[in-house]
Amino acid sequence: MDGCDGANRQHTAEGFISNLKYLVVGIIFGIVFLKAEIVSWFRIQEMFRLDSFHMYGVIGSAVGVGLLSVWLIRKFNIKTISGETVSIADKVFDKGQIYGGILFGIGWAITGACPGPLFAQIGAGYAAVAVTLLSAIAGTWVYGLMRARLPH
Amino acid sequence: MDLIELLKRPWPWYVAGPLIGLTVPVLLLLGNKSFGISSSLRHICAAVIPAGLPFFKYNWRKEAWNLFFVAGIAIGGFVGNFALGNPDAIVVADDTRQTLAALGVSDFSGLMPADIFSISNVFTWKGLIFFVVGGFLVGFGTRYAGGCTSGHAIMGLSNLQWPSLVATVSFMIGGFACTHLLLPFLLSLAL
Repeated sequence: MDGCDGANRQHTAEGFISNLKYLVVGIIFGIVFLKAEIVSWFRIQEMFRLDSFHMYGVIGSAVGVGLLSVWLIRKFNIKTISGETVSIADKVFDKGQIYGGILFGIGWAITGACPGPLFAQIGAGYAAVAVTLLSAIAGTWVYGLMRARLPH
Repeated sequence: MDLIELLKRPWPWYVAGPLIGLTVPVLLLLGNKSFGISSSLRHICAAVIPAGLPFFKYNWRKEAWNLFFVAGIAIGGFVGNFALGNPDAIVVADDTRQTLAALGVSDFSGLMPADIFSISNVFTWKGLIFFVVGGFLVGFGTRYAGGCTSGHAIMGLSNLQWPSLVATVSFMIGGFACTHLLLPFLLSLAL
């Protein structure tokens, strides 16, 4: 499943119990999302109005830590807990990153959420966001339907 | 001040950002997984409504980790808001607050403006614009772009992928254009 974000490159299959560790990671990161208020529509508005450094600080420092970690993993050839070599698929450019990116940016400013925060907002009790999530799933499905006819 | 009181305050960017960045190595080392969230929407389609479309014909069970991850994010949102919730109102930058107030957003008490994101708005024009159209663009756009802020802006840039830089710049262009050109119009329609 390369060419899709979140790709699983592990060779051995994982069952329900093994997958629970990603649930735990998700819980911790959901708490961070909520406590950093990046799931807030207001924070997204601040970002696009250049009125606050907060979101730029969050994304910038996250990328910094990610860059350093990937560099360290490669440099010291750090293995996964099951002993595999870490492998990350290269991304291939296509025009979808521009067209789709702009469309997502518009949706991001309207909903105040990217896909991760949608789940956190629902968990935080903003039940109306369930409609946004269903619509996002529908948008994904319609992309799958129209894919061959879209410029890439 | 005890730990729980400290945790209940909003966390500054220099605490939250690095913790989010750590998702990248944690997922890689736990099981060779690339950080990325929008693909969960694709897996949900593949599992529930594949409709014979080639785009949804793959072994989504192999990617089920992503569904566990987003389920965790929802639980984390619950814990973060109800067990560790900030007792005070969110502090929104003055300029943003004034601009939004002028556009008709008046409720600044929660993380989301209750003027828009409430259940009573689901079957209104507001709901159609902010939930249905907005959500559709998030789902369609992220899949068309091959990722979202996590997959491109964080994972892709961490791995020095230039297509991810193109995507991230495009996200920002769309967001700035929408905020300054489209949202004033949408809010005037809906509020």
